[in-house]
Amino acid sequence: MRYSAWNVFKEGLKGQRGWKPAWRSPDPKQSYDVIVIGGGGHGLATAYYLAKSFGITRVAVLEKGWIGSGNSGRNTTAIRSNYYYRASARMYEHSLKLYEGLSKELNYNVMFSQRGMISLAHSLHDLELVNRQMNAMRLNGVDAKTLSPAEIGRRVPILDISPDARFPVLGGLIQKRAGTARHDAVVWGYARAADALGVDIIQNCEVTGFRRGADGAVTGVETSRGPIASRKIGVAVAGHSSRLAEMAGFRLPITSYALQAFVSEPLKPVLDTVILSPATGVYMSQSDKGGLVIGGGLDLYPSYAQRGNMPVMRNVLGAIAAQYPSLGRVRLLRHWAGIVDVVPDSSPIIGASPVPGLFLDCGWGTGGFKAIPVGGTMLAHQLATLAPHPLAEPFSLERFTTGALIDEAAGSGIAH
Amino acid sequence: MLQISCPWCGPRDEVEFRCGGQSHIIRPGPPEVVDDVTWGKYLSEKINPRGEHLERWQHHAGCRRWFNAARDTATHRIRVTYHMTEAAPAVSLGDVAP
Repeated sequence: MRYSAWNVFKEGLKGQRGWKPAWRSPDPKQSYDVIVIGGGGHGLATAYYLAKSFGITRVAVLEKGWIGSGNSGRNTTAIRSNYYYRASARMYEHSLKLYEGLSKELNYNVMFSQRGMISLAHSLHDLELVNRQMNAMRLNGVDAKTLSPAEIGRRVPILDISPDARFPVLGGLIQKRAGTARHDAVVWGYARAADALGVDIIQNCEVTGFRRGADGAVTGVETSRGPIASRKIGVAVAGHSSRLAEMAGFRLPITSYALQAFVSEPLKPVLDTVILSPATGVYMSQSDKGGLVIGGGLDLYPSYAQRGNMPVMRNVLGAIAAQYPSLGRVRLLRHWAGIVDVVPDSSPIIGASPVPGLFLDCGWGTGGFKAIPVGGTMLAHQLATLAPHPLAEPFSLERFTTGALIDEAAGSGIAH
Repeated sequence: MLQISCPWCGPRDEVEFRCGGQSHIIRPGPPEVVDDVTWGKYLSEKINPRGEHLERWQHHAGCRRWFNAARDTATHRIRVTYHMTEAAPAVSLGDVAP
């Protein structure tokens, strides 16, 4: 059923009895043209673009839990394209543009709200970096504007901009087209649209191994629901990419870390943008329900435990209390962690793996949510044509052999 | 909060330590005969297991010396810490079956 104001009205009159489940729950078939491992945003978007752009509909998305139960349900929903290098800016800007039309495209309200994102400068060095970043973004065709402390104070009245603040505010950078979206809606919207095109979404189906032919190429997967055959397999499993790679017999330049996030009790509107303090690594936005959504730095040792640790929690919340004194007594509602796949240059790995027929979409680290539309576009292109998408060419696994790294860790000051 | 046993200082709080990542990585050589693929793997590839991981730690806010730890990445339990010069212990399967 197409979602529309008219159908909402009509169902209101009929007692809401006409709504159908948004996607089927089919049993796995014996074989598919393409298998996508990972039922998060990236995997579901890949299946959607395979069906929509390439007409490949014999596709299965295999998810070990329920769709969106990994990082797609654990992120802090920020969407932005404020990167430094041209290759990154092109890719993330493409993703942002896809987000701008996503609700219409999927006929599903993903609640994309372009409320802007402000990066603060707390020192003269930060100010120089803000100006450098602004110039780099504009040269790459991405919107960017610097802000004075007074402009920031007007936009974010709860931020302490007094001269004796613990973290004085000397200026900032805003990307006005950045914003947030409802993370579950992005997952459900892609799932519903892919299902409507014939894609099988198979939940509670964990991949436990790969089947390989005599030539080494993949011929299928072993799963908790039996073997499934396919000669093209895409892997979009974020922090668990190394485990899938191990099953296929190779290693990746990835370390898995826990990234914590927090949401507060609902408050009246106090913050109408996304705000980041690079000095503390802490960023915050306010959800439509009123909860403050807070993120910070990584727990800096390798982890597959989907929970955070107290020292980082204390740093993040201490920074919030110092920068936003009026929030010092706000209580937290929930606190959780997702397992992120961090690569040495903080840029993703897209394309061929060392195993024929097996393709990667990983290494997004702490920033995969904003890249869901472009990640799906690039992996679908790779799976359908067996050639990298033009946007994905610089992001191949080979760059760790050639040395052509895209060092956004240094370029755009990602702390991890 | 983890409690980590520095081989020199004894048990201390996690905040005194920094993790240096995977341990027992052997540098390939001699450099003039090592090809790009081997260098790339040496510099970037990680085991990154879910389960027991042999890794380097530094007692950063204490004696500042480096040591090794066998730690489970799923439960964070540290089975043993040992000196940098000691041979790697046999890796257990870890606390959580894969």
